[in-house]
Amino acid sequence: MEKEVVLTMRGICKSFPNVKALSNVDFTLRKGEIHALMGENGAGKSTLIKVLTGVYTKDEGEIRIDGIRDAISIRSPQEAQNYGISTVYQEITLCSNLTVAENMYIGRGTGATVKWREMEKQAGKLLDSLGIPARPKQQLGSCSLAVQQMVAIARAVDTDCKVLILDEPTSSLDDKEVGMLFSLMRDLKERGVGIIFVTHFLEQVYEVSDRITVLRNGELVGEYEVENLPQVELVAKMMGKELEGLAVIKKDRQTDRSDAEVLYEAQDLSSTQSRPFDFHIDKGEVNGFTGLLGSGRSESVRAIFGADRVTGGKVKMNGKSVKITKPIQAMKQGIGYLPENRRQDGIIADLSVRDNIILALQVMKGFFHPFSKAQAEAFADEYIKALDIKTASSDTPIKSLSGGNQQKVILARWLLTHPQYLILDEPTRGIDVGTKTEIQKLVLKLAEEGMSVTFISSEIEEMLRTCSRLIVMRDRKIVGELTGDDLTQDHVMITIAGGEK
Amino acid sequence: MRKRKEPISDTMLLMSITIGIFVVLYALAMIIWGGGFLKPQMLFDMLNDNAFLIIIACSLTIVMITGSIDISVGSVTALVTMVGVMILNGSMLNGIQTALGAPDEFRIVIAAVVAILIGLAFGAVQGYLIAYLEIQPFIITLAGLFFGRGMITIISVDPQKAPQNLMDICQSRIDMPLLGSPNKKGVMIPAHIEIGVIIALVLVVLVFILLRKFRLGRNFYAVGGNMQSALMLGVNVKRTRFLAHLLSGLLAGIAGLVFMMHVGAGNATNATASEMNAIATSIIGGTLLTGGVGNVIGTFFGVLTLTTIKAIVVTSGLRDPWWQSITTGAMLCFFILLQSVVLSRRGRGGLHVPGWLKSSGRRKE
Repeated sequence: MEKEVVLTMRGICKSFPNVKALSNVDFTLRKGEIHALMGENGAGKSTLIKVLTGVYTKDEGEIRIDGIRDAISIRSPQEAQNYGISTVYQEITLCSNLTVAENMYIGRGTGATVKWREMEKQAGKLLDSLGIPARPKQQLGSCSLAVQQMVAIARAVDTDCKVLILDEPTSSLDDKEVGMLFSLMRDLKERGVGIIFVTHFLEQVYEVSDRITVLRNGELVGEYEVENLPQVELVAKMMGKELEGLAVIKKDRQTDRSDAEVLYEAQDLSSTQSRPFDFHIDKGEVNGFTGLLGSGRSESVRAIFGADRVTGGKVKMNGKSVKITKPIQAMKQGIGYLPENRRQDGIIADLSVRDNIILALQVMKGFFHPFSKAQAEAFADEYIKALDIKTASSDTPIKSLSGGNQQKVILARWLLTHPQYLILDEPTRGIDVGTKTEIQKLVLKLAEEGMSVTFISSEIEEMLRTCSRLIVMRDRKIVGELTGDDLTQDHVMITIAGGEK
Repeated sequence: MRKRKEPISDTMLLMSITIGIFVVLYALAMIIWGGGFLKPQMLFDMLNDNAFLIIIACSLTIVMITGSIDISVGSVTALVTMVGVMILNGSMLNGIQTALGAPDEFRIVIAAVVAILIGLAFGAVQGYLIAYLEIQPFIITLAGLFFGRGMITIISVDPQKAPQNLMDICQSRIDMPLLGSPNKKGVMIPAHIEIGVIIALVLVVLVFILLRKFRLGRNFYAVGGNMQSALMLGVNVKRTRFLAHLLSGLLAGIAGLVFMMHVGAGNATNATASEMNAIATSIIGGTLLTGGVGNVIGTFFGVLTLTTIKAIVVTSGLRDPWWQSITTGAMLCFFILLQSVVLSRRGRGGLHVPGWLKSSGRRKE
């Protein structure tokens, strides 16, 4: 029997300058169900939520909610709340300096004075009935993050919400707290609240949801019952690959690394952005981190390079213990890192191609020993030629180059420092196929010359072509390592999804 | 209901520390230096001299709780003082009194009304610019500070004095029964306070009730605690910030009136740097510059603590004025250190949640 529908969104479109965030997306929420909204980062989950909560206004499409005959338009979070749509955001949007009860009632109701006793009594009742372990008079900041999240939910429930949106509610909670949150969610479901659950933790979706809607690149992939969608198929849908009929790409290079020396080794390495992990790479090896966007692969390599604050772990380079907590230390050890976000972390847009190329070497030499113009020119020309960078001259500002050529400039910057170990995070994103192949070839050539390379790409085929070992990550943990015959697209996806489920 | 003792809130904790320190300091002063400290009048004189400071410290407490700052209050106080004195001595707005045919005493009423209007005007303009046009409060109120000081000189280059007959009314003493001390001749002189102190104490109580019992007061705390969250919780953040500054201006206007009643003279250097003292006493009283935490009772004791220390410095023979500045600086430093140590001991140091737990917000889509 079809349950009563509480919310329908039809044909939702939303564009931002130069990007279409949502195109023609449908979404249906029924009473008393937990509906997971899934997709990789950038798939449009957040945009859809923000359209629904009035943070963004939709370009096209209609939203209908139970109890109101006409399509509604939501222009502000306040309006959304009036329609019974409540949101609990990933970051806790409460005031930690106020009490629990105040946080549940502030900004609501009328009258000039605060009736503390009445407010605290009501808050206490609600907290008790939902089984939330917080006391009304407690200062919110003294509660754990999980409890704070639950107080936010209690507030939402108290506003008589029909639709409760939980945007990544579990990302800062530990397992026990997640359990508490889930039992609260099931409790609310019994009360007939429709819950939209946005998360990138696959297992949690299967633990608590009834239905899944998958988005990809701002488009609707489909809506599925949880029972009918095995985890590995969900991953395939999120990534946009089909499981059947995938051509297995054989590696032309036979890799036997049993006798290779270990170049870099890390034990329990962790940073402010990544959980502890072990990792090693051999001399002349190309390996890669793979996983869904947001699974922690970039964060892991950033920890290796010291790009985020390193919080623990032991690192060995050529068998010797070294300390790498800052990029400059990594560079001195011969590690180069090509960041994922070219514009933000990589290029200095207004400097010339030449200055961008010599930047890393200059940093290592020290700014008080500048290169002569002729020397810089020679370096720049050498790599412009070697990498076939298409630029008018070495004086051209880098921002006027195409994306692929910018990428080559940054690559040149690191090659100039003659690193032993090069980390490339999404080096081929947003560049044309020809340049992509060039970069892949270059990676393999560098490896043959003895350089170790860690490669990250969203395109599995590319990873399979270049890497001899793939480290698979899910939910910020390393969940598998694939080598040799296991290096197939199917295997990668199954590992990402967490076994044959 | 479950009966459980709630852990004390940050606001209450910091306030209790200040009160404790004040009591200990004053007791020590009584034991070590004796003399003046043993006479109740010493305490009352601290109040008499600093009634205006208590009021502008309340201004600062309100805006600091809201996460903002107002450094124009000292100038507003001085401007109001100058205007008030000139109204009293008949050089300004004399026409109103003449038209009404009212006695000279009526000038005090005019001065009070004008004081409130000047305060509200400063508060409204600054509040509008800060809350609705979202300009940095520090810059706006710095402009207010210079503007106010400049206005004083425009109104009168020369110092002005209020007529003695009116000052007698303004400075009328309220005797405190039973709290007197004998003078050298053995005649009992009753301890006294001035009207200004009563005004200041009433304002402290009113502001305390506002902050505790009224929705607006709680919104101050919410906005100061986390402006983004307050917005999401449905608090009208802009209006709240506007009202905080409006209130701050109003209090500064009243502080000017109280200052005028105490000194009876208008001068371009009146109440110089008193805004800095007000900030210092608010902080000593447990208000956090980062917002969301604070209490006017604490601020009141902050003023007492600071003046007690200054009195101790003077009593112990360090009469040069710089010693007072140096001790004020040292005190402020000590209290800020104390606050951050106390708050981080309560697990608010900000480092106790491992970074990776906070999820990669900045790398999200």
